[in-house]
Amino acid sequence: MSTPAAAAAGAKDESQIRQKRMIGEHFERLARARHDGRKVVYTFVPGNLTELIASFGMLSVLPEINALQSGMRGRSAAYIAEAEKSGHSEDVCTYVKCDIGMLRSGNIGPTGTKLPEPDLLLLSYTGCFTFMKWFELLREQYRCPVAMLHVPYQPDGVITPSMRAYVVDQLKNEVIPAMERVSGRRLDLDELTAQLARSAAAEDDLVAVWESARHRPSPIDGYFGGVYYVGPIFSAFRGSEEAVAYYRELRREVDARMAAGKGPATPDGTLAEERYRLVVEGPPNWTSFNDFWRMFTREGAVAVASTYTRVGGLYDTGFRHDASHPFETLADYCLGCYTNLGLPARVALLERYIREYHADGFIINSVKSCNSFSAGQLLMLRELERRTGRPGGFIESDLVDPRYFGKANIENRIQSYLQMVDARRHGGYA
Amino acid sequence: MPETHVDPCGAVLERARALVEDRSLAHVRAWKTANPGALAIGYLPIYVPRPLFEALGCLPVALFGGGDELEIVRGDSYFQSYICHIPRSTLELGLSGHLDPLDGMVFPSICDVIRNLGGMWRMLFPDRYVAYLDIPQNFDMATGGRFFAHAMREIAEALGARGAKRLDAAALRRAIGGENARRASLERLDAIRRAEPWRLRASEAYLIARAGAGLPAATHRALVDEAVEAASRRPARLIDNARVVLRGSFCEQPPLDLIRSLEKAGCDIVDDDFQLGLRTIDGEIAVGEDEDPLDALARTYLQRGVATASRYIANDVKGAALVSRVRECGADGVVFAAASFCDPALLDQPMLEAALDRASIPHTSFKFAENNAQFQTIREQAGAFSDSVKLWGAER
Repeated sequence: MSTPAAAAAGAKDESQIRQKRMIGEHFERLARARHDGRKVVYTFVPGNLTELIASFGMLSVLPEINALQSGMRGRSAAYIAEAEKSGHSEDVCTYVKCDIGMLRSGNIGPTGTKLPEPDLLLLSYTGCFTFMKWFELLREQYRCPVAMLHVPYQPDGVITPSMRAYVVDQLKNEVIPAMERVSGRRLDLDELTAQLARSAAAEDDLVAVWESARHRPSPIDGYFGGVYYVGPIFSAFRGSEEAVAYYRELRREVDARMAAGKGPATPDGTLAEERYRLVVEGPPNWTSFNDFWRMFTREGAVAVASTYTRVGGLYDTGFRHDASHPFETLADYCLGCYTNLGLPARVALLERYIREYHADGFIINSVKSCNSFSAGQLLMLRELERRTGRPGGFIESDLVDPRYFGKANIENRIQSYLQMVDARRHGGYA
Repeated sequence: MPETHVDPCGAVLERARALVEDRSLAHVRAWKTANPGALAIGYLPIYVPRPLFEALGCLPVALFGGGDELEIVRGDSYFQSYICHIPRSTLELGLSGHLDPLDGMVFPSICDVIRNLGGMWRMLFPDRYVAYLDIPQNFDMATGGRFFAHAMREIAEALGARGAKRLDAAALRRAIGGENARRASLERLDAIRRAEPWRLRASEAYLIARAGAGLPAATHRALVDEAVEAASRRPARLIDNARVVLRGSFCEQPPLDLIRSLEKAGCDIVDDDFQLGLRTIDGEIAVGEDEDPLDALARTYLQRGVATASRYIANDVKGAALVSRVRECGADGVVFAAASFCDPALLDQPMLEAALDRASIPHTSFKFAENNAQFQTIREQAGAFSDSVKLWGAER
C-alpha cells in the first residue's frame, strides 16, 4: 500500500506544549514535596480520587503512569528484569514489575528526579484485582498507611444503590479519615466541590474532543492521540484550573482542525488521507508506541474511538462529576470506569462506538499483562462481528515488556486485517 | 492361603474418587431427581456461602475446572495463551453439556479472569442464571458486612424467582449448623494427616474433601466421618518424610498425580489450600441468639476468613498467617504450587517467601496447569527440597 502524505511533521499544538509544561511542573512539585511539607499519595488511574486528594493539598503519584513512561523511555526492560531477578514471576503484570524494578533502581521518575516516598497508598482498585496485590507489594517496601477503597464490579453494567452506598460508606469512614490523619487537615468540603465543578467543565470539553471523531475526516486519533488527550484528566490534574484551561484549548484546536477539514496529528505530522476508520479495544503497547502508531498511519488508518481512553472515566455515556453530591459522584465515577463494566456492557459500548463513529471495523490489542482487559476479548471479537457485520482484527502485545512486541508479526496482522476491511467494503456491509 | 490385606479406607476412597471424576455431574442429576424442582447452582473458586444455597433448597456445586482428563476442544479458542487453564476447561465443560444439570452459576470475586468468565457465561448461556458475587474487601461489619449481606439477599431473591425456596431464618440456621458439622468433620480429617500423615495421605484427604463439591453438607459430612473412622483403623507405618505446607492451589487444582508425586518425593503435605472454599472460614459459623443468620454469615467471613491471595491484607502482616500455620503444623517447610498465570497466587508469593525467609522457614516453588501430565522435574525438585530440610533443617 502507498503511504498517505503527512504534513508539518514535528510541529506541536499549543495544548501539547501546555501539557508537557503541566507534567514537568507536577514532577517538580513532587521533587520539592518534602521541602514544601506536602504529603504524597500513590494511587491508580481507574477510579482515582484526584479531587479529594487535591482538596487536602496532597500530591498524586500514579505508578501506572510511571510504568508506561518507563516503557516509552526504553527503561522498562531493565526494571522488569530487576523485578524478575528478585523473585517476581514472568507470568504476572509487567506494570507491577516495572514499578517494583524502578523502586529497586532508585525510584527515579520520568523527568529524571527522584520520586518522593508515599505518605499514603490509596488503593482504589477499580476494575483490576492486580491493583490490590500491587499496593500490598508496595506496602512491604514503604511501610506506610494504606487506605483501601473496594469498588464493586458492575456485572450488569448498572450501578445499584447498594454499590453506591458501599463506596460512599468507605469514603466517609475509611478513606477521608485516613487522608485527614496523613495530611493533618480536616476535609474542606467547599474546596472539594470547587474541584468537582472544575472537573465537570473539563469533562465537557474532553467529550467534545472525543466526539469530533464522528466527523469525516476525523480531526483526532482517538487511541494513539487519545492517550495524550486523556493524560491530564486521568492523572493528577482533574479538578484543577490547569486542566480546565488545557481542555478548553484542546477543544479549540480540534474544532479548528475539523473546520479546516484536517485529519489528526500523528508522529509524522497531520494525516493527509483517512482511508480506514477503526475502533480500538485494549491498551496500547508503550515500548514501541510510535512504531505501533505508524503501522496505522502509514495505511491511512485512524482510530475514531477506543476503550482504553475510557479506563479513567466514561464521560461520553453521560457521567459528569456533580459538585452537588460530592461523595455520591465520587462513588459513581469510581464505579463507572470502563474495565469495571461486565463483558456484555463492554461489548455494547464497543458496538455503539462502531456504529456512531461510522467505523469500518475494530481492532483488539490484547495485552499479556492485563487480564482485566484481555480475558474474554476473543468472545468479544466474535460477538462484535456478529452484531455489527464489521470485521474485527486481533493482535497481541504487552504494556511495557518489549519481549512481547513482535513488530513484524503485528504489522503483518494489521496489514492483512486492513486488506480484509477492503474486501468487505467491496462486498458491502450487512 | 496367602494373607489378604484389606485397606480400611479403600471403599470410601473409591466412592470419593468416583464423585471427583464425575465430570458430567451424574450425582447432581440424581440429587435433582430426588428433589424435584430444586435448583443446582455451580460456583467457581474460591468461596461462596454454601449454607445460603442449602437454606434455599438449592444444591451448591463447587467447580474446579476439567482436570487432566478432559480434552479441550472449544475452550482454548476463547482464551489467549497467557491465561490460566481453569477458564478454558470450565468453558469446555459448559459448551459440551457436562454442566447441563446446573440451573445457574455464581462467579465469586477472586481474580480478573474468573470475573470476566462470568461475563462470558452471561453471553454464551443467556438463558441460565448467572451471578457475580462481589465478596467485600472492607472488613467492617457496618460497611463490608452490610454490602455482603445485601449481595446474598439479592442472590436469594433471584433464585426465589426461579423456583428456589424463600429465604427463611430458621432454614438458614439449620443450614449453617450443617455446614458447621461438615467443617468439624473436615477438621478431624485434617488433624489425622497432621498428626499421622501415614494414616491418610494428602492425596487421599484431597479426594475425601473434594468429593463434597456437589454434595449436601450432611451427606458429605457422613463421607468424611467414614474416612476418618477408616483411617484410624489403618496400620501405623513410620515414614521419614519432610512435613510441608503447600500454598497457591486455592483455585485451579493440580492433577492428583502431581500431589502423589510430591508424596513420592518424600513430602508429607500436612496443610494445604487445595479447594480452599470449604475451609475459608476458620472454625464454625456462630449465630447469635437474636442475630440475623445472614448477618452471621457475613460477619464470620469478615472476621474469620482465612488469609489467601484474593483477600486484602488490611492491617495484618503479610505472611504472618502462613508462618503461624507452619509452626502449628510442625512443618519443616513450604511448597508453593501455583497455577501458571495465576495472578493472585504469583503476586502474593514474593511477599510470602519474604515472610518465610524472615522466619528461617525453607521453601521451594513451582507452577503447574491442571492438565499437566509430566511431573518428573517437579518430583526431583520436591525430592531435593525434602532431602535438604531433613538433612539440614535442624541446623538452622
